[in-house]
Amino acid sequence: MSIARTNRMTPYLFLAPAGLVLLFALFYPICYMIYASFLDWNPSQRIGEADFVGLRNYTKLFSDPSFRESMWVTLKFAGVVVTLEMFLGVGLALLLDRNIRGMSLLRTLFILPMMIAPIVVGLMWRYMYHPTVGIFNKTLKSWGFDTIPWLSDGNWAFASVVIADVWQWTPFIFILSLAALQSLPTSAVEASKIDGASGWQQIIYIKLPLMLPVLIVTFLLRLIDSFKVLEVILVMTNGGPGLSTEILSLRINRTASEFRELGEAAAMSNLLLIVLLLLTFAMFIYNKAQDARAARLRAVEEEA
Amino acid sequence: MPEIRLQQLRKDYGAVNVIENLNLEMADGEFTVLVGPSGCGKSTTLRMIAGLESVTGGQIVIGDRDVSKLEPKERDLAMVFQDYALYPHMNVAKNMSFALRLARMNKSDIEKRVKEVAATLDLTAYLDRKPAELSGGQRQRVAMGRALVRDAGTFLFDEPLSNLDAKLRGQMRAELALMSQRIRKNMIYVTHDQVEAMTLGDKIVVMKFGEIMQAGTPEQLYRNPANKFVAGFIGSPTMNFLAAELIEENGVLSAKGQGFSIPLPDARRASLQAHKDRNIHLGIRPSSFTEGPGGLKMPVILSEYIGAQSVLISELGGQQVAIEVNTVVPIRAGEEREFKVQGDEIHLFDPQTEAAL
Repeated sequence: MSIARTNRMTPYLFLAPAGLVLLFALFYPICYMIYASFLDWNPSQRIGEADFVGLRNYTKLFSDPSFRESMWVTLKFAGVVVTLEMFLGVGLALLLDRNIRGMSLLRTLFILPMMIAPIVVGLMWRYMYHPTVGIFNKTLKSWGFDTIPWLSDGNWAFASVVIADVWQWTPFIFILSLAALQSLPTSAVEASKIDGASGWQQIIYIKLPLMLPVLIVTFLLRLIDSFKVLEVILVMTNGGPGLSTEILSLRINRTASEFRELGEAAAMSNLLLIVLLLLTFAMFIYNKAQDARAARLRAVEEEA
Repeated sequence: MPEIRLQQLRKDYGAVNVIENLNLEMADGEFTVLVGPSGCGKSTTLRMIAGLESVTGGQIVIGDRDVSKLEPKERDLAMVFQDYALYPHMNVAKNMSFALRLARMNKSDIEKRVKEVAATLDLTAYLDRKPAELSGGQRQRVAMGRALVRDAGTFLFDEPLSNLDAKLRGQMRAELALMSQRIRKNMIYVTHDQVEAMTLGDKIVVMKFGEIMQAGTPEQLYRNPANKFVAGFIGSPTMNFLAAELIEENGVLSAKGQGFSIPLPDARRASLQAHKDRNIHLGIRPSSFTEGPGGLKMPVILSEYIGAQSVLISELGGQQVAIEVNTVVPIRAGEEREFKVQGDEIHLFDPQTEAAL
């Protein structure tokens, strides 16, 4: 083998270990899962003993009202949660983007929820939502109001998990928006002041449009994440009452462990994976488009 | 278009005092240039006038209104920034019309106004482009256009040409001068470049460490600098400074230094009498030297040929001196030539206070 050829092989040599890990830890399970989704497979069987049923798991899913309910809950949850978090996070960033004494401490406090493990967040909120000893109902009671069935009524339970998620993940959007805001060209904002823009007009016509690329990526990241929530809801409601908070990942978990339908669980996981892949792909396309645009502009600039 | 007055203006950043007590009047329709080295407070002063920096003390009066506590938009001014500060997400037309749209001017008027201004600035072909798709010079013109469209009472410029290359800068400087002649509004222009200041300003304000060193017409500043700093700052190549002593020889007052003695004109005798036999600093512009017999013998250490002129680096009494001469035949380094100094073009400064004598 010539030296040149060896040199060309070097990068692949260094990539090989990581590639091997990926092959076993990611590619193999995914193939396994895809294969399993075509089987009628019970956990007591070995995979070889399971019957091949073709697309039956998938067709069954689409006619299963519980699955459709679960899908709807997931979409609703992701939509509501991400919308709220975007508004609050960006709003907070706009509010806290100024130099006031103690602001850095305040910013640190704001991002604390994000650092707490989801299981702990779930437990914490479950205790706070407790019908009799939880802080919310206790406070309501001491003020003379009726108590609220936080986790025992379907609608309230959905609202409760939304509140917990918003509490935990708004900081994520907050810090990214704040970073975007602080990297905006100050002179453009100043120019708009001179041009006569009020505080709101500066936000609407200058700051938000300039933050948009970051906001879009943040939005997609958060959306992808919100489809995968499990622990917080598992701990708080375990999907109940009824199916009111049973998001897809919980349903997958239950189908596999409770209903012992590994094939169906695999089919559901595949569907979730496809949704997430589409979102990731959207983000990828968006980034590519941004890069292409930046490259084109650079080219124009160099030409000029 | 009202006159602008800065009265006892003060600016502190925390405990640091940047401008202590600034007083300045700008007449109606005057082109005022604030010039000085970095950190002299010129940009801060401009930004205070614009309302982008708060005023710690004193007043900014435009016409008969004290605007020092008002928002920028209430001050009736337009501004051109050093980095142009265009809105990157809007095209040229949108950039230029932003202020008018905020002011809820009607659409057809906006369009007409933008087209007019774009035509005067050669921007008509670029109205649909985004700033990133323009060259530096075009961006600079858009920034100008954005200010012009507004028809504001006062125009502020914060080093608008410093991001352009030398050739474009000269071109834009000329365009700016033409524009200011045409529209005759209050203009306040900040720069560190004394050539820009000299060519553009009706009035130049030289600043240093937050203080005004001298304010006056370009000619006043060039001919009668109030102190050594202004003398050294205005004019290119820079004025030569030499240590000397003021003495009287045979009834003639002259500046005597190491290896030279330059007689001073009789007209200055009265005012200089008090400084006789004292150390002074002598300021001679490179252009005040003329070559000719009977002058000081000076070696040519370096010759910078620029074309019609040459700048020679020479030595006088152990101190380096620049001499600007018309190039008839290029003078080579290593020669020794005789140069005379025009006595009435000599500047004298007090070595302690640096004030002109």
